[in-house]
Amino acid sequence: MATGCAGGVIGVAAMESTLPKPQETALQRTVLFDLHERLGAKIVPFAGYEMPVQYPAGIMQEHLHTRAAAGLFDVSHMGQAWLDPLDEAEDAASLFEALVPGGIATLAEGRIRYTQLTNPQGGILDDLMATRFGNRLWLVVNAACKESDFAHIETALAGRARLRVQARALLALQGPQAVNVLARFLPYCRALTFMQAAWMVFEGEEVLVSRCGYTGEDGFEISVPEAQAVAFAERLLGEDEVAPIGLGARDSLRLEAGLCLYGHDIDTDTTPVEADLMWSVPKRRRDAGDFPGAEKITRQLADGVARQRVGILPDGRAPAREGTQIQDRQGSLIGSVTSGGFAPYLGQPVAMGYVAASHAAPGTEIHLIVRGKALPAKIAEMPFVPQRYWKG
Amino acid sequence: MSRKYTKDHEWVSLDGDIATVGITAYAQEQLGDVVFVEVPESGRQVAQGDDAAVVESVKAASEVYAPVSGEVVEGNEALTDNPALVNEAPDSEGWFFRMKLTNSDELDGLMDEAAYADYVKELG
Repeated sequence: MATGCAGGVIGVAAMESTLPKPQETALQRTVLFDLHERLGAKIVPFAGYEMPVQYPAGIMQEHLHTRAAAGLFDVSHMGQAWLDPLDEAEDAASLFEALVPGGIATLAEGRIRYTQLTNPQGGILDDLMATRFGNRLWLVVNAACKESDFAHIETALAGRARLRVQARALLALQGPQAVNVLARFLPYCRALTFMQAAWMVFEGEEVLVSRCGYTGEDGFEISVPEAQAVAFAERLLGEDEVAPIGLGARDSLRLEAGLCLYGHDIDTDTTPVEADLMWSVPKRRRDAGDFPGAEKITRQLADGVARQRVGILPDGRAPAREGTQIQDRQGSLIGSVTSGGFAPYLGQPVAMGYVAASHAAPGTEIHLIVRGKALPAKIAEMPFVPQRYWKG
Repeated sequence: MSRKYTKDHEWVSLDGDIATVGITAYAQEQLGDVVFVEVPESGRQVAQGDDAAVVESVKAASEVYAPVSGEVVEGNEALTDNPALVNEAPDSEGWFFRMKLTNSDELDGLMDEAAYADYVKELG
């Protein structure tokens, strides 16, 4: 038996990966690494880090537990940084709009925005979260892109803003019970609504609590000083509702929630229009066209796109993994799957991918070419599971 | 006869000239929760080492190879409706397919239970 197509970079440890690999010595570890090992995690290389892909409960149980109660994720590999204006009279959020199509300048205090760093061709360099605190901006970017993102931002804003990368741990507590658990330690977290953040104090240390996540559930991401991270994680894990969750379930949860994984569903070859992310680009930015790639993006909005990111529900039980070809029912190639696997909460396979715009309407019948066989499937609305964000 | 094992973590058990094939407890544990299985149709000819079946966990798809050459006489249809049998009973009800051997000498090249146990121990 051998693992063929692992569904992305966080494929479960295949037979081969149980063998020691020399390059693993160069991998970094988060401050929670020893805790993951104590919890019995299976560790895999991911984005330059040794990360837990699953704990003994397994991806299925971890996934279902997060939707039913609360899951704790170590996402300390992600990049966290302050963006400060060099001139105190300036506003980092306004300056940052030169790099992204999102509405950042208009962010209210403590409000979080999802946006993308775009290149002059309209391609996506990374997607990220930005939060306003005064005239500063708090950024959280993907682990695999953080060095290049930070270099790009520093270069583009040289002389006007500076980036201060923060060596802090980042924990995500996600699920319907997340708020009840976190409120035992940080009572004020209840006051936050979805996409809102505030600095709070936990045992004398400042922690940044953001009500957002990557699962489709209500929940929080909590940025804590590295020295405090293990104790904080252990306190949360000590609560009955909380189980540790690995990257495997993080991936299946975000897929069910219809959320993009950078490097798979979006990259420098996809624009926010093709990726169906224009909800994150307000009218003010579209009209002004003052962001990298605006020309292409504006043209695509006016003329339409050749291909579009869509959700896909296979009729049968066979998962269609990343790279699976998509054909129309007449056998013509119309696209490919960018993320696909089994959706534990739905109990069936799901996928997302890009198809010709002519075939992007929900309900359109397609074929997925899995191991040479054309399996029937349909274009579907996303998210596959209802979002349960707390909007107050 | 006693079971034989491959380095790819299949087991094969011979009854007369019919061999039953499955994946080992170690393999199912490495895979995690099995969510889909595709077994070969009866009548299919397979050579030793050919792709014969597919097993998929939440995250990954894996091939199950034919441990010996022969003709498939039965696929385990129970796995279609209940792929979790592979996790629950990899050594028994979770078998994948049965085949009629064409060359029983091929079994001599496989590991016995003790050798497989040592092999798995080395993998850590």
